[in-house]
Amino acid sequence: MSPRRLAAAAALAAAVALPLACSQPASRAKSPAAGAPLRVGLVFDVGGRGDKSFNDAAYAGLERAKRELGIDFVTLETGEGNDREAAMRQLAAGGSQLVFGVGFLFTDDIRNLAKEFPDVKFACVDYTLQPGDTLLPNLVALKFKEEEGSYLVGALAGLLTKTHKVGFVGGMEIPLIKKFEAGYRAGVQKVCPRCEVVVKYAGTTGSAFKDPTKGKELGLSEYHQGADIIFHASGSTGLGVFEAARELDRLAIGVDSDQGDEAPGHVLTSMVKRVDTAVFDLIRDTRAGQWQGGVRVFGLAEHGVGWVYDDRNRGLIPAPVKAEVDSLEREIVAGRIVAPDQ
Amino acid sequence: MDLLLFLAAALRISVPYTLAALGASINERGGVINIALEGIMLNGALAYVLGAWWTGNAWAGIAAAVAGGVATGALHALVTVRFRADQITSGLGINLLAAGLTKFVLTQVFHSSSNSARVVGLPDWRLPVVGGLPGLGPVLGTPLVLLTIALVLGGHWLLFRSVFGLRLRTMGERPEAGATLGLRVAAYRTAGVLLSGALAGLAGAWLASEQHSFTDGMTGGRGYIALAAMIVGKWTPLGAAAACLLFGAAEALQITLQGAAFPNEVLQMLPYLVTMLVLAGFIGRATAPRAIGVPYDPEEA
Repeated sequence: MSPRRLAAAAALAAAVALPLACSQPASRAKSPAAGAPLRVGLVFDVGGRGDKSFNDAAYAGLERAKRELGIDFVTLETGEGNDREAAMRQLAAGGSQLVFGVGFLFTDDIRNLAKEFPDVKFACVDYTLQPGDTLLPNLVALKFKEEEGSYLVGALAGLLTKTHKVGFVGGMEIPLIKKFEAGYRAGVQKVCPRCEVVVKYAGTTGSAFKDPTKGKELGLSEYHQGADIIFHASGSTGLGVFEAARELDRLAIGVDSDQGDEAPGHVLTSMVKRVDTAVFDLIRDTRAGQWQGGVRVFGLAEHGVGWVYDDRNRGLIPAPVKAEVDSLEREIVAGRIVAPDQ
Repeated sequence: MDLLLFLAAALRISVPYTLAALGASINERGGVINIALEGIMLNGALAYVLGAWWTGNAWAGIAAAVAGGVATGALHALVTVRFRADQITSGLGINLLAAGLTKFVLTQVFHSSSNSARVVGLPDWRLPVVGGLPGLGPVLGTPLVLLTIALVLGGHWLLFRSVFGLRLRTMGERPEAGATLGLRVAAYRTAGVLLSGALAGLAGAWLASEQHSFTDGMTGGRGYIALAAMIVGKWTPLGAAAACLLFGAAEALQITLQGAAFPNEVLQMLPYLVTMLVLAGFIGRATAPRAIGVPYDPEEA
């Protein structure tokens, strides 16, 4: 091998090795003895640990399960490529009894792996159900009624807007994100029929969830078009929306987890998706021998979605407004209002 | 008012493209392909955040970003000029390396694999006269925007009016001729790549400074768009800058029009459509430097 080839090969090898170096090694132990703690594996979505959102919520669910139920868990983080399948396979083959994939991107891989490892239980957060899709008995699809939580923050925005115009910034333009938009829009219209909703999306690929530069431009554009409150459902792209809110002194609504710290004073509330609750509940039931394959839906009634109201945003939300949103919540839970999902 | 806001958005969007495309035209004129721009930009963005985080000073962040860009460029120069390895392979390797390295540093320093902590950004200066323009005024008063304009003009002068530029271009056209004159081919090519690294690092600093933070993968393919702009601009700084402004305008238009009557799918295509149209129809024949991508080996010459 000539020196130049060698150098190129070394550079490539280093590049490939590094992303792997940041993931934690999975234990290779085979099926544990009876009475041993439940072994849970989890593979993170794009964004990984520390995203202050989706992935951190899933991790919080694992930690709570470890604390309260005494389980063992292993987590893996994937790089840029399509190594989600490899990561889950590693966990399934490595002795994990329950393997989580966090995010809709896992859908196809997890369906195939459930077939290949019938003795391992699988769960996928935000699993995309295809029409006519039947789930294997060892697979659970964890779904959220994002439209219900979005409906409530939409009503909140509709009650508080002074310009009669509110905004929505979506990440990748897919049915999952359209659910947020549809619920939000319906909530706004419910309390303010003459209010207008400006909607913009960051793109049509997965990178639309991690482009804060684009997010800031989308946010600035909507604020300049007259919106005074923007709800984002766009992952890290939304960090740019918060920057735009800071720059123009407007309000934004966070998503997935409490994002109040991203731009203090500019975050009206956050539409939270309790991925931690979903992960914890499933582990608890599995451990209690109550595993049941199929779709599990978390809505307002199951405390799977909701919105943040605490000391940090109380000053932004007058009591009558809070009361009105709460009454809408009761209507949804009682089934008298159905939040549209498209 | 709306037009000024639109121009402001176009200008902001085109800044990172322009800096990186300017760098690309310099290194390619010297005969080295640099698809590592994407990775260099990413490293520059992280370096900005680290510099600003540790010192609390945005200018220290800028210095760190330039240093980080030069260091990454140096790796590319070492592999392609010194070891004469394939330039595309080296560029790809550096992009992968940067993606992994930035994530690694992020987890080590900020304990997150997606976002850094919040850091200071560059201040906006209020310029006389134009500073009063709504929307556009603050953008024109941004130090990096002014610097970008100066660098494009300076870069064009450097490539086409200075002795260094003439010699650098010789290394991209007929390196053996340069060598016959007693010039060190490797030194000029390395200088081109290092300059390009500094500029791409600066492009990364712009992204991070505007967001006050680093996000994993935040360059989002901007390095590749810069390469396309450089080709559309026929390997000249002024042409590349014009192409970048055009791309920025297309993207700004797409953002502004979204939510109006146009189908979104069509709008999302707009920036790419503009690229294709310009490449196919308007610029005529674009000729790359003759010795581009060919490693120079004095023993073979």
